[in-house]
Order: sequence, then C-alpha cells, then structure tokens
Amino acid sequence: MALSETIAFDPLASGGAARRNRTMIVVYGLLALFAAYYLLPLGVIVLNSFRDLDEIARGGLIGLPHSFSTQYWVTAWSTFCVNAFCKGISPFFFNSLWMTIPATIISTAIGAINGYALSAWRFRGSEALFAFMTLGVFLPGQMVLLPWAYTLGTLGLTNTVAGLILIHCVQGLAFTTLFCRNYYVNIPDALIKAARIDGAGFWRIFRKIVLPLSPPILIVTVIWQFTGIWNDFLFGIVFSSGDRQPVTAALIALTAGQTSVRRYNVEAAAVLIAALPPLMIYLFGGRYFMRGLTQGAVK
Amino acid sequence: MASLVIRDLSKRFGSVEVLKNINLEANAGEFIALVGPSGCGKSTLLAMLAGLETVTSGRIEIGGRVVNDVAPKDRDIAMVFQSYALYPTMTVRENITFGMESRRVPKAQQDEAVARVTALLQIGELLKRRPAQLSGGQRQRVAMGRALVRDPALFLFDEPLSNLDAKLRVEMRTEIKKLHQRVAKTTIYVTHDQVEAMTLASRVAVLHKGVLQQFDRPRVVYDRPANQFVAGFMGSPSMNFLPAELVEDGGRPCVALPGNGSPSALLPLAAPVTSASRKVVLGVRPEHLSRDSGGAKPGYGRMDATVEVVEPTGAETMVVMRVGAQEITARFEADIVPAVGETVRVNVDMNKACLFDPDTERLLG
Repeated sequence: MALSETIAFDPLASGGAARRNRTMIVVYGLLALFAAYYLLPLGVIVLNSFRDLDEIARGGLIGLPHSFSTQYWVTAWSTFCVNAFCKGISPFFFNSLWMTIPATIISTAIGAINGYALSAWRFRGSEALFAFMTLGVFLPGQMVLLPWAYTLGTLGLTNTVAGLILIHCVQGLAFTTLFCRNYYVNIPDALIKAARIDGAGFWRIFRKIVLPLSPPILIVTVIWQFTGIWNDFLFGIVFSSGDRQPVTAALIALTAGQTSVRRYNVEAAAVLIAALPPLMIYLFGGRYFMRGLTQGAVK
Repeated sequence: MASLVIRDLSKRFGSVEVLKNINLEANAGEFIALVGPSGCGKSTLLAMLAGLETVTSGRIEIGGRVVNDVAPKDRDIAMVFQSYALYPTMTVRENITFGMESRRVPKAQQDEAVARVTALLQIGELLKRRPAQLSGGQRQRVAMGRALVRDPALFLFDEPLSNLDAKLRVEMRTEIKKLHQRVAKTTIYVTHDQVEAMTLASRVAVLHKGVLQQFDRPRVVYDRPANQFVAGFMGSPSMNFLPAELVEDGGRPCVALPGNGSPSALLPLAAPVTSASRKVVLGVRPEHLSRDSGGAKPGYGRMDATVEVVEPTGAETMVVMRVGAQEITARFEADIVPAVGETVRVNVDMNKACLFDPDTERLLG
C-alpha cells in the first residue's frame, strides 16, 4: 500500500570503508568467476560454429578461430542431412515452432482461468484440487509416457504435431495453474466482491478486472512454457519420428546418424540455431520475468 | 416503513457460531451503525446483507423482500469497502460506471448518473485518473461515488474510514454525515470506532461475540448501556467500574465503596435500585468525575483519590487515580492539573452513574 513506509536495507552498511571495499572485491570476484564458468561452454560452441573442420581436428575443440566462415550455419539450416532428409534442421525448427506457439498459448490461457477460479472463486475442495494439480509439477515425464502413448493412439494423434501440442498443454497445466493461482491469490478479495455487487459475473470479472492485472504473471508463464516446451526432448523423441520431430529430437539424429567424420562446426551451428528462440525470449522478456515473479498483483 | 429487517439471523462457520439470533430493523432513511470489537461478527453480518456470505438460519428482508437467496447484484444494495476496492486498472470514471456497464444501463443514463455523483462528491477533476494516482481521501470519495451512482435501497459501509489518517478520518466522517443528510438513504455502517458510531448513527447496534448487546439511539446506548460490555466499549477513555455495595445512609439509598475496614466513600443514589444482591458494580464515566471545588451539589457524591498519572491533552486533562485498590480515570478541565501523588477530593455525578449486576453484568434500575 502507498501508506506504508519502509526503511531500505543496505547490506553493506555494516562496518568501515576498508571492510566495505574488501567485501566488494570478494563478492564481485566470485561473481565474475561463476559467470565465466557458465559462459565458457557457450563461447566454445559459438567459436566452433565459425571454424574450419580441419582446424578443429588439428587444434581440438577448444581454441581461438584462425579461419572464419558462416557457411556452416547455412549448411546446418538448409542442406545438412538429418534422418535422411537433406534440408538441414529448418523443417524441424518449424516443427518445434508450430508445436511450441499453440501449446504455450493454450496452456497459459487455461492456467490463467484455473488460477482465477482457484483463487477468486474458492469452493469446497478447491484447495485439495489445487494441491493435486500442483503434484503434476513434481511428476517425472517418464511416468506418463505409457498413458500418453495409449491416449495418442486412441485419438489417432500418434506422430503428429497436434499430439505433441496436446501433451504439452496438459503437462504444462500444473505449472501454469500454480503460477497464476499464486499470483491471483494476492488480488484483494474485496475487488471481486465489489465487482459481484456491481453485477459482474465469472467471465466479466476475469476479463475486466483480473486479466488487466495479469501481464506480469502471463509474461512469466509464457516464457516458462515456451522455454520448457521448446527444450523438451523426452516427448519429442518418444512420440514423433522422421520429419515430424521437433528440433531437439532432430539434433540427436543429426549427430547420431553420422557414418563419416563428425562435422563439429555444423553441429555447433545447428545447436545454436535450436537454442536461439528460448534465448531470444529470455533476452527480450527476461526483465519482465524477474519482475513478474517478484511483484504482487496490486501495488 | 422498515427498509431492512433482520430476523433471528444466525451464521455458523463449521462448528463456530459467529452470529447468534440477530434481530434488527432499519427504517427508511435511517443510519444504523454496527459497532463492536474485531471478531464480534459485524463484518460477517454486513457481508450477509450484501449477499457475499450465506445465511445459516433466519431471514433478511430488504425493502419488504426476503433476500436470503438473492444474488448480490439483485439485492439493490451498494457497498463501500474498507480498502475501497477500486478497480486498479480502470480510471475513476470507469470505476464508477462499471456496475452500470454490467447492468447494461444506456450510455446517456450513465453520463447523467456520473454527472450527478461527481457534482455531489466534487470529484469531477479526478474522472480520468487511476486509483493509484489518488490520495486516501480522494479514493474514499470515489468509492462512495461508485456506491452512490447506483441509487440503491440500502447502503453498506464496511469500516470505510479506518484506512485514513486521524485528521482525514474526522473530515470524512463529517462528509459522510452531510452526504447522508442530503441523500437520506438507509445506511448500514460497520465500524469498530465508537466515536464514528455515536456521531453518525441514528441508532447504534453493539455486537459482541456474535450477540447483539444493545440496539438503540446513541444517547441511550451511551447514557444507559445495557450491560458492562456496552458501557466499557462506548466512550473513550472507558467507563470506570468500581465494585460497591448497596447501603442506606439515614434512610437514603447509597453505594459504599470498599475501604480498609470502613467504606472509603459513601455515594448517594439518585433513585433506589432493586437488586438481587447487595453487591453491585458502580459505573462512572470519566467526564462525570470532577475536582471538588467546595460546596455540596445535589446528587453528587464525594471521594478521595490519589493521583497516579496526569495526561494533559490540550482540551482537557486525563487523570488516572487510585481509589482503594481500584484505578479510575477522570476527565478534568484543561486548567486543572493536579500533581502526581497528590490526594484530591473528587465529585461524582451520581445522576449519570450506572449500576450493574456483578454476576450478569447487566444494567440495574
């Protein structure tokens, strides 16, 4: 509330200037060390995607490039042979895209409605229901492979993008419901009550009051779902084959199906292409992600 | 005509009975204050009137119609919430028109209603702002505007002033009173602040532990509280309670305050009191204690007290004193400032004193 006054907490206000400086050096030194540790593998892959194959063979995977070419990216995208299709990874990239976009939108939308119903319209057993749904967050995907195989078979969705969309929508509900419900719980009850007295029903309150307050959590949920679904490997490799595979599954085929020499530079480029969309989402949405996770619904 | 009737209303949450057999009614245009400490059930009662809580047993009638099973939107009520509950993503104007939009009131009629309410509350220049851009008092006004725009049969206020700072609270209290005088709508006003209840209401309902303690005009609730709870709750500082005994002094009925061996004070009663036992509790409000300035006044008693704490407030002096084993608070005039430790002779206005049964805590006489 605007009425509350807070006193800022300054973790450094605990001693003299010398002590403060020592603390700063230790903290930033450690941070730099960890950052380097995490960024080095990415750096190696990026460098390799531009290096000549001979050079990699001679100098090893780790090394600065002496040659530079973007042709490996082109090869990886459009001509490299994967699963006996020599169109690069682009078809699989689009498989992933057509799977991830609808699955993200649908699972987020249903999660928002679930979260709204479970927080603003409590009913007998709603807390238990929520607890059950949250359980889905902790269930390993391997556990549901057989049920899904049966379900997809029955629905005639085996080896289709639609089948994968269905799986990701349902599997994602646990997370999206958890996120949205925990965010909506902070919307004051009085707002919903006032709206009910004002004559608004379930959907009108959702559309006019809850949704306009939702952008922070919807951004969080979309980023989470997009990243999770795009990066999914298990369902992709189990429930699709041939040219229907998402890019994560195709990457394995790309490296596994080699009979001749390994094309490390093309593989590196393919991996980077496959990793780009979640990376972009994070780069552009990352600050909203952090804000959404920490911010309450109503200031 | 009664515009609100509550008959034998009870509410249970599981095994907890939060409201027990409430009977109340409000005449058209009346301002009823529901007052009591937190947890007394007053907000639950209001929520039941609004239709936000179900009725366990009993009956609620609004405008002659039983509304137990009527949805909030169809009860012809409007409510102002403690937190104001303004829709944060809407402008003030949208906040005010949201209900009319929901009920599909024609645009022209909406504009007319907005114009009427904004003129009444002087919030015309706020219409384009969002709640976050308003001060506490402005939010309060907008919340009332949202309620007023509906022109309902019943206004419900749920502690509307408790989020404001002290100065603004007093201003808004006056404003609510003015507003009620102008629109003259039946109003149910929940508060834990007995001053608000006293100043605003035409009748006050005091609730405690889910039971209606007293329902009467403010003056009566203050002067003749039905029991010790009401007596202690209404008025600040609280009424002083002193264990005493009914005696006769020369044929006149008196109460004696216990002392070491002999009574420490003998106070004359205005009228004889019938009581089951001789033991009673004497209730005296702080303002009915004054420093003795010599000269006997009819109906006044006298006692000696030792000053323990002196609290000058500017307008008056609060003095905490000891009489025997009892601590009492007196409200003296501002220029009467006794010294700590001093023994002062205190006049007790026995015409205004109350006697309670020590067992039932009910008012005697």
